[in-house]
Amino acid sequence: MIEVHEATVAYGDGSGRIEAVRSVSFNAAAGEIFGLVGESGCGKSTLLRAVAGLAPLAKGHIVLAGREVGISRTRQERRLVQMVFQDPYGSLNPTHTVDKILSEPLAIQGLDAIDRRVIQAFQEVGLGGQHRYRYPHQLSGGQRQRVAIARALITEPRILLLDEPTSALDLSVQAEILNLLKRIGRAHGLTMLMVSHDLAVIAHMCTRIAVMYQGEIVEMLEVQRLRRGEADHPYTRMLLDASLEKTRQGERDTEGTSSPSLTR
Amino acid sequence: MSEGPLLTVEDLRVAYRGRSGPVPALRGVSFIVGRERVGIVGESGSGKSTIGLTILRLLPQSALVSAKRLCLLDTDLMAASERAMRSIRGRRISMVLQDPKYSLNPVITVGRQIAESYKVHSGASTREARRRALEMLEAVRIRDPERVFDLYPHEVSGGMGQRVMIAMMLIPEPELLIADEPTSALDVTVQAQLLVLIDELIRRRRMGLILISHNINLVASFCDRVVVLYAGRIMESLKASELALARHPYTQGLLACRPLIDRAQPELPQLTRDPSWLDAPDESRRGTGA
Repeated sequence: MIEVHEATVAYGDGSGRIEAVRSVSFNAAAGEIFGLVGESGCGKSTLLRAVAGLAPLAKGHIVLAGREVGISRTRQERRLVQMVFQDPYGSLNPTHTVDKILSEPLAIQGLDAIDRRVIQAFQEVGLGGQHRYRYPHQLSGGQRQRVAIARALITEPRILLLDEPTSALDLSVQAEILNLLKRIGRAHGLTMLMVSHDLAVIAHMCTRIAVMYQGEIVEMLEVQRLRRGEADHPYTRMLLDASLEKTRQGERDTEGTSSPSLTR
Repeated sequence: MSEGPLLTVEDLRVAYRGRSGPVPALRGVSFIVGRERVGIVGESGSGKSTIGLTILRLLPQSALVSAKRLCLLDTDLMAASERAMRSIRGRRISMVLQDPKYSLNPVITVGRQIAESYKVHSGASTREARRRALEMLEAVRIRDPERVFDLYPHEVSGGMGQRVMIAMMLIPEPELLIADEPTSALDVTVQAQLLVLIDELIRRRRMGLILISHNINLVASFCDRVVVLYAGRIMESLKASELALARHPYTQGLLACRPLIDRAQPELPQLTRDPSWLDAPDESRRGTGA
């Protein structure tokens, strides 16, 4: 469903040129949840933006549902892919009611039965009808993220891109949103590409994982291998140590080694 | 604790004025902090940040505060004058907030901000303050202090910014550090490094620490004791090492809702919240005796 071949994304030019993503390739099958993990600045969000058509490729190509796509996409191609962003406080227009936020993509895509679709989307993400005419500031962080998910689902995409969808939320709310995403993915047979710096979240959601470091994929592995702690690359090992709640001990262990993040 | 608690909080109540009467944020909270690490956990809106702000008396004027006791050693923080509070904030109790991007002054170099923090509280010369600031940058493990001294906040990474904040907060050698979600804006790998750093610095200085976070696992791996807050009331207060024995359903819920790397779960357990917990007898009183 998602094929990325040798994709490179560069910002700036001349001596200021930075390759945020360098020659990255991976595939995600239909219905799969594929995870991209790495620290701030490793290029994971840029890669996601490239798949969404928000960042141009300098090299390589991207194939979605069997068709090669570029930066300028047809309405159909845009409808295929929807995205949920990290910060539910920044990604919803503060001057629009939830109703308008959900109806607008329908109007843009020229879909009918707007009222029915909005009500259905509401039910699907577990929001009550009383929230329909509220503004984003009248909702909690978790409720806002539910609205953002409803907005992404409402045009019936086949691919959902998730950029740190729960990292701005409490752990207890994170559990609710992750459960919701899993349920929705199954119900609609969605292919999802999920970006996170949290290995535990990625392991919970995904079947396969790509670990990114400084713009490149350094390791690709099945989630079962990750759960058994069988990572090959030292950087993946370090992420694993940091995530295994060995906050104190793990840190002292990694400090002596020449792990990549400490040699910057 | 042989020398008595550093901080005593007894029956602390805070309410914010709302359109239809006061909205309670803290409903009778009691705990003590010695020269140890105490974690306060709870979800958004549970009142955990209000505790930090109340101790430093930084709440807006409109907030209604009452407490049987709110003392730092012998100093009554409720009765202290605004002038007295100015010499307590920073000098005796300091605070690290979540996002260094917002808590550092964007138009002053980080080195000058640290030096100023020392100068204000010690009356030292500019030269001496600079020397101390460089030492402090080194203490928070910044590799090239001379270079970093002259950087502006936007030129440093999130992790480095938070190290700078810690340097600035510790340079006046306070007795108590309140860290409110100090690592939530940072990557997992940087989080661990920073917590180890805070731990080392406060141990060496024999300080007390209050670590406020929504992440119970993080707090548990780092603190000596954990206080669990729900809707402005303490549900449970226990030793971090005994967290697995937590009896309160809220604590158990907080512990369970995190995804685990080494175990597959089809669904994550979701937290149930029961307002009747607020009517239960005050668990915190019992907890402080421990």
